[in-house]
This record gives sequence, structure tokens and C-alpha cells, in this order.
Amino acid sequence: MFARDFLKSLKERLSRWDKTAAGTRSRRSMPRFFTVSGRDIDELYTPASITDKGGEDYYFEHIGLPGEYPYTRGVHHTMYRTRLWTMRQFAGMGTPRQTNERFKYLLEQGGTGLSTAFDLPTLMGYDSDHARSLGEVGKCGVAIDTLADMEILFDGIDLSKVSVSMTINSTASMALAFLLGVAEKQGVPFEQVRGTLQNDILKEYIAQKEFIFPPTPSIRLITDLMDFCTRQVPQWNTISISGYHIREAGATAAQELAYTLADGFCYIESAIAAGQNVDDFAPRLSFFFNAHSDFFEEIAKYRAARRIYAKRMKNKYGAKDPRSWLLRFHTQTAGCSLTAQQPENNIVRVALQGLSGVLGGTQSLHTNSMDETLALPSEKAVLIALRTQQIIAYESGVANTIDPLAGSYFVESLTDKMEEEAEAIFEEIDRRGGVVAAIEEGYFQTEIARSAYRYQQEIEKGERKVVGINDFILDDEKLEIPVLKIERQIEIDQVDFVKKIKGERDPGPVQTSLENLRQVARGDGNTFEAILECARAYVSVGEMCDTLREVWGEWTESAGAMRAS
Amino acid sequence: MTKKIRVLLAKPGLDGHDRGIKVIASAFRDAGMEVIYTGLRQTPPMIVEAAIQEDVDAVGISILSGAHMTLFPAILDEMKKRGADDILLFGGGIIPDEDKDELEKMGVAKIFTPGAPTEDAIEFLRKAVTERKRDEKLM
Amino acid sequence: MATVLDRFMEGDVRALSRVVSVVENRTDGYREILAKLYEKSGQSLRIGITGPPGAGKSTLVNSLARQFVADGKRVGIVAVDPTSPFTGGALLGDRVRMEELPTDGTVYFRSMATRGASGGLAAATDNVCIVYDAFGFDITLIETVGVGQVELDIIDTCDSVVVVLVPESGDAVQTMKAGLIEIADLFCINKSDRPGAERIAAELKHSLEVRHRSDDTWTTPIVPTEALNNKNVDRLYESILAHFEYAKSSGVLQKHRREQIRRKVRSIMRTRFQRELDARFLSELNLDEIIDDICDGKSNPFDVGDRLYDKFCRG
Repeated sequence: MFARDFLKSLKERLSRWDKTAAGTRSRRSMPRFFTVSGRDIDELYTPASITDKGGEDYYFEHIGLPGEYPYTRGVHHTMYRTRLWTMRQFAGMGTPRQTNERFKYLLEQGGTGLSTAFDLPTLMGYDSDHARSLGEVGKCGVAIDTLADMEILFDGIDLSKVSVSMTINSTASMALAFLLGVAEKQGVPFEQVRGTLQNDILKEYIAQKEFIFPPTPSIRLITDLMDFCTRQVPQWNTISISGYHIREAGATAAQELAYTLADGFCYIESAIAAGQNVDDFAPRLSFFFNAHSDFFEEIAKYRAARRIYAKRMKNKYGAKDPRSWLLRFHTQTAGCSLTAQQPENNIVRVALQGLSGVLGGTQSLHTNSMDETLALPSEKAVLIALRTQQIIAYESGVANTIDPLAGSYFVESLTDKMEEEAEAIFEEIDRRGGVVAAIEEGYFQTEIARSAYRYQQEIEKGERKVVGINDFILDDEKLEIPVLKIERQIEIDQVDFVKKIKGERDPGPVQTSLENLRQVARGDGNTFEAILECARAYVSVGEMCDTLREVWGEWTESAGAMRAS
Repeated sequence: MTKKIRVLLAKPGLDGHDRGIKVIASAFRDAGMEVIYTGLRQTPPMIVEAAIQEDVDAVGISILSGAHMTLFPAILDEMKKRGADDILLFGGGIIPDEDKDELEKMGVAKIFTPGAPTEDAIEFLRKAVTERKRDEKLM
Repeated sequence: MATVLDRFMEGDVRALSRVVSVVENRTDGYREILAKLYEKSGQSLRIGITGPPGAGKSTLVNSLARQFVADGKRVGIVAVDPTSPFTGGALLGDRVRMEELPTDGTVYFRSMATRGASGGLAAATDNVCIVYDAFGFDITLIETVGVGQVELDIIDTCDSVVVVLVPESGDAVQTMKAGLIEIADLFCINKSDRPGAERIAAELKHSLEVRHRSDDTWTTPIVPTEALNNKNVDRLYESILAHFEYAKSSGVLQKHRREQIRRKVRSIMRTRFQRELDARFLSELNLDEIIDDICDGKSNPFDVGDRLYDKFCRG
């Protein structure tokens, strides 16, 4: 990118500069300059930081233009000048009726997409009236047992107009089946239904641990759903391959990047092995990353992700359609970075994190509410979080031009470093026999726990400062923001409702569709079609999962996942 | 040799977020304790059974799902039922102050909330276990 | 008030747990308790499970325990994990795999830290097995640390030793071969659906052909399993029972247990001497002056050792 004699004179100037700078260095108070991920950062970045391996073609091979291979600068030609990112705030609590009201509120306030949080029983395949659900119904999200709940959830919301994201994994097929059931009732053809399903089971084994079945049948549920959507719900994003939870569990930025992409490649290889054509399904894949507090490291992570993905899709998986090369992603600010102490400060953290997502070229963004380390967000906190995005979009000016940080010696160098580190991790995973084998031996889980512990030790030793936690502490701090409480009555109401639905539905189709699901699960038919049949018959999530548990068994974490961390 | 502190760490309920409990497990280990980690989705009877079999001094649980007002009391009840209520129960998670006070009144020895240094939990446990006396005759 | 031992004899699980702790911590009175319990022991079949990390030992222990329970047996399990030599702490994670075990008293599980022992078990494991035996467990399953070395302690404690390997253990087998072949009564190739399973089985078979164990006509079986999918664990189970039958009928079991007793007596003596030495002699001895002499070239460690030994013997 730079002429050879220029680099030579630059290096001479740099060594002179270094000698002069040396005199001032001893006065520094910080012992170490390092990122949230523990990566040491150099004092100065110059053209010499990025050209050593690139040569003349560096710019076109590694950076390029927006909307062009390798997409380092963004997946669209004009990015936010044509269309801003989708401001998609995650919401869900209590009964379907309550969440329906919150959805309508967010749409009225200028939110442009909906994102559904489910409660733990729904995510884990238990009905609200199951013993294991006691105390959990409606707590971390909305409780959905049957199609009847989904009908209430989207009451008065036209599924042909709004794109819907659903954060659900082990029971993702059931959730989509319910949504399609609602679309049928609303008279919306499947081709018009738009939205995203998280549906990423691998990161559950790795990080969030909301798994039900062993990996092999779980991956089959996903590839069956991908196959169905390719044929019938073409606008649906079948999977959102997620690094968010991997990061929340304690991974570094590079681990988040590498593990997430490795998961993505594992799904791609599975779908190819199941006989699907890469260019048929790959354009509907999307990703989901965390926006943690280290501003530049995060931006470099997103840019590296696009580049690595494009290269692999083109070169390794032989995708011909350029749409298959695009890594599109959603971003959520880092819940784990928020503090319960002086919670108002979280607004500032979220603003900086959200800004890094935008400067990294995200397609959609969720900004966390300041009170999320205390409880589910209150309406006021949710509104401030949405306003934060609107300020970034309309006041800061950062959306005026595309990828404004490209060409920054620091950002480009960090992007290269991220890519190198990810490649090294891919090799390590391959050595262990691939993603599933590495999960079984607890490799990811152990590495993440190690990173999380190191981070905590850095804080406790005072090497890393966190405002309000180990420095700038307020004594006798009083909480001055409202905290949302989920009333007990919700659980009672929801349990009554699911019992009522189970009592009123026609038992014939329930039995036949469940029996069919059992047969399909034993054989090799499409599980999604069988699940859709069950959904239409008002079979519950728990009933479907119990049937599948009988056929496939349940998964427990390996003992190795707790060792040597 | 001073007696080794044995502590059981478990995640009850359906919540799978185990970052906090694993950090605590490592911190207790590095503080010289023997930590028995039972993993995820433990029911109150499973937790108390494990605590009895492992003869631990304390049981620590982590709940981030909001189900704490159901799960802590269920574990306390099970401990009483099994005659194991001399074992200390403590915990951590996203637990509002008013719930925290109520739980500590019920018999939970201590609740740690987000941002608490691991050193606090270590000190608490060392002190509480030393103060606890066993009233038993061997033979 | 009933004593812990009384309650133990009545089958109280809490009392069992207390006795295990007393034995593990060598609390005052532990030897008397063991002496009492020893009279009641000798019935339980002890099975050791050893192998490199990640071989699936915990999963196998879990599956085997369930098979024994299904056959109407009561099972005690000891799972050993390493103590950190730097902090003295330990992370005991083997219970994670045990959640499907019944909680009705038919299975008892105890995690133990090595606390400085280096042979794959904790120093007190053998004594804990005596406690289990006296409590009435028909079967004792012992899972070793599994850090990738040959863990010899298990021969002194168990009647049958199962060495668990996986297809990826090829390198480990090369370095551990001699010891592994010696200690194994059974080999289990777990995760046998993975590539390399047949190769490792062939290598083991070859090594077994040239093995010589005196007076032993047992042919060590090599059983492929997929413990995670519960495949073929029943075959391993049958093989373990077959080995026990063989050992009993051939007299090998009796001979083996006799040897174990010999080693146990020696080990008890060694431990006692060691503790006496530490407690009554070394702890009171000021070595600094002696070391100064050695450093100054006035003496040497060998003469010093002899002199101190004589002094200790004179009491």
C-alpha cells in the first residue's frame, strides 16, 4: 500500500521518535495498556503496522470497498446512507398479553423490528404447569406453551408488515411453527413472513447451556428447519449464529469471533452433508455479536468477521452467489459489562458499545437498559436505551459516511490481528476433531471459564479499573431508579391458561401429530414439518419435547467442562 | 493442619448462565478449599442429597433467572426435612435488595449480588465455617 | 445421643458421610473406627476405572452404576480429582455427570481430592472403600484422577481394573504402554465410533499377547463402548462380572487380596513412622545450623543423615 522508500524513511523517523518519547515514558502511572480481552496494545500505530505482510495488493485483498469482496468495509455498497440499522429491542416478560403490550409500545416509539425473549421453561421445553417450571414462568421472558399463546403475543400486529426476531434455540422449531400458525390465522402467506430465529444450539453447549438433546439430533432439527424455510419461508433468517452468549460467559473478543464462526462453519458443513446446496441456504444465515466495552477491539472484531467469513465461504465451501459470502449481523451491547452499582452509568457504557457496533457496520442493534443487572428492564429504562440508538443515528454524524475508521493504522492492524488469532483457534478446533468433539471434551467451556476467571482476577487485583466496582465507588449508595417486579399471579394465570387449552383442544389430532413426530424423529423425515403439524393441533412445547426426549435422550454437560479452569 | 473447607456449588432451576458460579469455584479452589461442582439444573432434593453425601460445610447456589424466591426456600425446606439444616446455605445472583433481606431472614446465611468481589465470599465462608461447631460423638 | 458410629451401623447416610470425612481428615479416633469397620468388610467388589483425561471415565462410571443398581446392587462411588499443589484447593467436578443416578440410597457418591498423593488416588481412598464395604455397598466404583500417567495405586485398592482409552489416546498409550498393560484387567475403548478405534485395539491386542502376569490365565478383553450413547456398556459390565468370577474361582482374587493386605500393613507402618518422625523429631529440629555447616564445607548431608537417624532411634 505504501512505497518501499517511504516505509524505510518512516522506520528511521520512528526510531528517532522512540528515543525522544522514552524520556516521558517513566512518568506513566498505568502499568499495562491492554484491552478488555487482555490484549496488549502498542503505544503507536503507523503505516508500518499494517504493511509488513500485505504488499501492493493489501488494500484490495484485505480491505476493499463496501459491498465488495472481502467485505471488510461492510456488506452493502452504501450502508447507512441508504438504510440505517434496524433498532431492534429485545423484549418479553410475563404473559403473552403483557409482552404484546410492550411490543406495541416499542413500535409506537419508533422501534423498527420486534425481538422476543422467552422464559426459561419455554426455552427448556417444559410447559408452564411442569414441576420444573415452578417459579420460572414469565420471569426472564414471555411464557409460550401453545399456539394459543402466540396468537395473543401477536394480536393486532400484522406479520406481513413487521419483522420478528425470536431468541430461542433448543425449542426454536416449535416457536417458528407457532409463528407460522399465527400467520396462517392472519391470512399472511409464508413467503411474506420475515424475521430471524436464533436457533443456534452449538453456542448453548459452549456457553449459555440451555440445551435439551444431544448435539447430533439438535443439529438435525436445525438443518430440517433450514430445508423447510428454503422451500417455503424464503424471507426467514433461519439461524442467527451467536457469539453474544459466548462473550457473556467470559470469552475474549478473539474467542467470541473464532468460536462463533467455527459454529457457523459447522452448520454449513452439516447442511452440505445433508445434501443441501450452499447457495440455497447460506444467504439466509446471519450472525449475532456482542458489543463489549473495548471500543476499537470490538470494531476490529466485526470487520475481521466479515473478511474471514467471505474468504471461507468463497474458497472453502465454494459458494458462487455473492450473497452467500456476506456476513450480516445483529449486535447487542454487553450485559456482563453493566454494573449494579451506580446503574445510571450504564447508559454511558451502552452508548459507547452501541457506537462500536455501528462503526463496525452492524445490520441491527439492541441497546441494553441500565437496570438489567437488577431485574428485567422497566419501561423508562427501555426507552432511554432506544433513544441512545436514535442519538447515535441522527445526532452523532457517524452514519454519514461508510466505515469511517477504515485506514486507521490501529484499527486495520487490530483487524489483522483478530483474523490471525481466529485462524489459530480454528486450527486448534480442527486438531480436536471439530466443534462437536471439542464440545464433548469441554474444550470451549474450559477456555471460556479460564478467560472469565482471569478477567475477574484483573479487577480484584486492581489491574483493571471498573467504575463503581473497584474505583470511583460511592459509599452508602442508594438505588434511585425503579425496578420491575414480575408478580407471582402471572405464573398462576399462565398455568391455568395452558391447562384450559389442553382441556379444550381436540385430542385426536394431538395424538396423531405427536405419534407422527415420534416416527419422524426415529426415522429421517423432516422434523420441522412434523412439528408444524403438532403446532396446528395446539400440542404444547413440553409435549413435543417430551416425545423427542424419549427418542433422542437428554444431554448433560461433561465433567471435563469443569476441569482445569 | 487446619480443617479443609468443603463447599458444594450448584445451579438450581432452569437457568444455564454459569459464568459467575465457575468464577467463584475457581476462586474458592485458589483459596485452598475443596469445591464440589454439581452442574446445572439441580433440583432442591438433588442439591441437598449431594450436600449430605459430600459432607460439605456449605452450599452455594447461583440464580440469575429471577426464580430465587421459589428456589432458596425450597432448598431450605429440603435441608430441614433431611436433617441437614446445619449446613450453611449462601448464594448469589440478580436479587433485588428487598428479596435479599427476606431470604436472609428465612435462613439463607448470605446473598452476594453482582459486582461483589470473590474475596468477600471467601472471607465470609472462612469465618462462618470456623464459627460453626459440630456437636457429635464419634463412637 | 446416638454416636456417629451407632447411626452408621443403622444405615444413616449422614453418619456414613461423617465417617468418610473422619477417615479422610484422619480426625482423632479414625483408626479405632476403621479397626471396627474392618471386621464388617470384605464383601464389596471393588472396581477401578482409570485412563487419560477426556476418555469418558465419569460417564462410564455413571452407566456402570446404573447397571449394577438395575441388578439390585447397592453402589458406592469414589471419584478422585487433583489437589492443586500450590494452593491446596481442588475443583471436584465429577458429580456433573452423575445427575441421573437414583437418590433413594442405592447409590452413594463421594468426591475426593488427592491432597498430595501422587498415585492416582487420594491417600485415604483405600480406607474409604473399607467404610463403604462396612456400610453394605455391594459394589465400589473408584474413578482415578486421570491426568495421563499410569496410576498404580489402583492395584492396591481394587479387585478389577478397567483402563479406559479413546481412539485419540494413541500417543498416550505409547508412553504409558508398559504400565497400562500391567494394571489392566479389562480395556475399554470408549468413543469407539471415532476413527482410530480399531487401530488402537489392534495395538493393545498385540501388546497383551507378549504380556506376562504370573499364575494368571485371564485373557484381558478389549471392549469398545460409546458411553455417551450408552452403547455396549452392557458388554463391559458382563466382562467385569466375568473377570470377577474368574478371579474368584481361580484363586487369583484371594491371592491378590492377600498381597493387598501385605502392602496395606506396610503402608500403615510407613505412614505412622513418617508421622512420628515429622511430629516428634523433624518439627523440633533446627536444621539451620546443620545446613550452615554443610554450606561451609564442614559436613555433608550423608553423615548428617546418619547421625540424625541414630539420634532418632535412641528416642
